[in-house]
Amino acid sequence: MVDTPVAVAPGKATSTAAVLGRKEDGAMLGVSRSSRYIAHAVLILGIVIVAFPIYYTFVASTHTLQTILRPPLPLLPGDQFFENYSEALFGGVGRIGGVAVSTLLFNTMVVALAIAIGKIIISILSAYAIVFFRFPFRMVFFWIIFITLMLPVEVRIMPTYKVMSDLGLIDTYTGLTLPLMASATATLLFRQFFLTIPGELVEAARVDGAGPYRFFKDILLPLSRTNIAALFVILFIYGWTQYLWPLLMTNRNDMNTIVIALKKMISFADADTQWHLVMVTSMLAIIPPILVVLLMQRWFVRGLVDTEK
Amino acid sequence: MATVDLKDVRKVYAGGVEAVKGVSIAIPDKALCVLVGPSGCGKSTLLRMIAGLETISSGEVSIDGKVVNTVGPTERDIAMVFQNYALYPHMKVYDNMAYGLRNRGTPKDEIDRRVRDTAKTLELAHLLDRRPRELSGGQRQRVAMGRAIVRNPKVFLFDEPLSNLDAKLRGQMRVEIKNLQRSLGVTSVYVTHDQLEAMTLADVLVVMNGGLVEQAGAPLDIYEKPASTFVASFIGAPPMNLIALAGNALPEGTKLVSPVPPSAATLGFRPEDVELADAAHDAADGMDLEAQVEAVEPVGAESFLYSATGGGRIVVRVPGRAIAQPGDRLRVLVPADKLHWFDQAGKRVG
Ligand SMILES: Nc1ncnc2c1ncn2[C@@H]1O[C@H](COP(=O)(O)OP(=O)(O)OP(=O)(O)O)[C@@H](O)[C@H]1O
Ligand SMILES: [Mg+2]
Repeated sequence: MVDTPVAVAPGKATSTAAVLGRKEDGAMLGVSRSSRYIAHAVLILGIVIVAFPIYYTFVASTHTLQTILRPPLPLLPGDQFFENYSEALFGGVGRIGGVAVSTLLFNTMVVALAIAIGKIIISILSAYAIVFFRFPFRMVFFWIIFITLMLPVEVRIMPTYKVMSDLGLIDTYTGLTLPLMASATATLLFRQFFLTIPGELVEAARVDGAGPYRFFKDILLPLSRTNIAALFVILFIYGWTQYLWPLLMTNRNDMNTIVIALKKMISFADADTQWHLVMVTSMLAIIPPILVVLLMQRWFVRGLVDTEK
Repeated sequence: MATVDLKDVRKVYAGGVEAVKGVSIAIPDKALCVLVGPSGCGKSTLLRMIAGLETISSGEVSIDGKVVNTVGPTERDIAMVFQNYALYPHMKVYDNMAYGLRNRGTPKDEIDRRVRDTAKTLELAHLLDRRPRELSGGQRQRVAMGRAIVRNPKVFLFDEPLSNLDAKLRGQMRVEIKNLQRSLGVTSVYVTHDQLEAMTLADVLVVMNGGLVEQAGAPLDIYEKPASTFVASFIGAPPMNLIALAGNALPEGTKLVSPVPPSAATLGFRPEDVELADAAHDAADGMDLEAQVEAVEPVGAESFLYSATGGGRIVVRVPGRAIAQPGDRLRVLVPADKLHWFDQAGKRVG
């Protein structure tokens, strides 16, 4: 979100029109050529620093194990791309604890989707109840939800584990996702958004004969879609990169997520580690989150432009 | 189609604020009733109680003779136009108008016919595919009207629907609302704090103050016989001149040819009810007042002379271009039948 230092068109900062228009604005406002070059130089430097480790991982994933183990590592991709990737995806050798990478990716996908969707459903519904309904102890419930924010997951992890194992949910998708679904942050976010919806709009809907269900479905949900899209991206990545909880909850290798599997791949003695396959798996592991960000970003930018008042 | 009756309606908000303190109004079928009053006097609260958006603390609201105190807004069969229009931002104009009908289970082709008819009446036909944010303020206002009209409800409720428009458009829409309301013949309640809107629109004008009705009746009756100093100074622009009487004595420079009613404490006259006289001419009856012009405000068709008198500042309205200059001395004559008298409590006398 770094941009040339130019005043943003007032009130329209988020629309694509403004984003696209900004370059011309820059020229018109007389931002000099050289300062734009400097801005770009800074940007490029930042990107290089951030992206280099990922590039290096990619480079390493295209070399043989021998090349990787004999420093220095080349800066350019090698010729082992197809060999390494097909070995990781389909070959027997690179399997992690006897489980194919595709299974791991599938597990992680299920976990990340379930956490993201589950969290969104639960938190949008609780925020809806808290903001739009008057019921006894409404604020008590709100504060209880709020207080759970104060406890980090790690503090709750042993009791949660005990409950899950007593329920026999070890090595199940339910066990992997359910405890991570309740979310005070997302509830809070939806609550804040709902509070900005003008009372008149709610009343107009009531006069128009929309009951609680219709109001939610026809008005609140469409108006929330940019929030939902943004949250989905964040929560998907949160779910995708979960480490501690899946580590505790899975004993069977075929229930591992990709992050856990990666960790298991390199927990051998250094010389035994199949570094080239570790790198391939890492590359594969970051592709789905990147895709989600790219796809959803387009979706929620369009959403912002569409619903902005 | 429907009458609206309020009987001793009260509203006490949860915080203990008594916003409406016992209001009774009877609105006949097809009439347009305007609630007018200063900010915070409880107009919106009253309207929202009629709509069913606010609970009624005590008293009765009836629509068409049926008490609706516990009936929800949908079942009351009312339509409301909000100050900020409250259009659904994510829906096209068509869907904004169709939404209420859909929720009532109206058949699709019937919805389509009614939406298109209404759009034609309001000259919105070419805008049906736009979203609210792609419309001008005036067009949004029309859509809000359309959303109310298309449902063909028993009662229209308007809460300051024109206050976000510029003066010219407001004038146009005022006429248009009046015509629409007439031709549709739907009983309406209209809230405004603009006295011009109130005067021109109302069949029944209700002037409110502090949660109570100060006066209700036909606009011109209220203009001609304001029931209190409050109404006198609220209805009419510029407002009625009020001169306090000290005991029964008149301020300096004031002569009265007609008798002062016994309990009168304040005397009033409208800026437009005066005659400017030269020294030779004497008042036959009424009041004779000396004034010094302080400021002149020409508005084209008329001019306002802000003048100082022994009894305080007054405004005098003269047709056309003002002949007076600041500093000039005037003799202001008011005929007896144009004088208004109010007692100590501000209530009308005689
Ligand atoms: N939800 C509420 N809770 C408590 N008090 C309220 C509430 N809504 C309005 N009031 C109070 O009730 C009184 C009447 O408010 P109302 O909105 O009816 O005024 P109004 O005549 O419509 O004024 P305006 O012309 O400014 O819209 C005000 O004193 C206001 O502060
Ligand atoms: Mg109001």
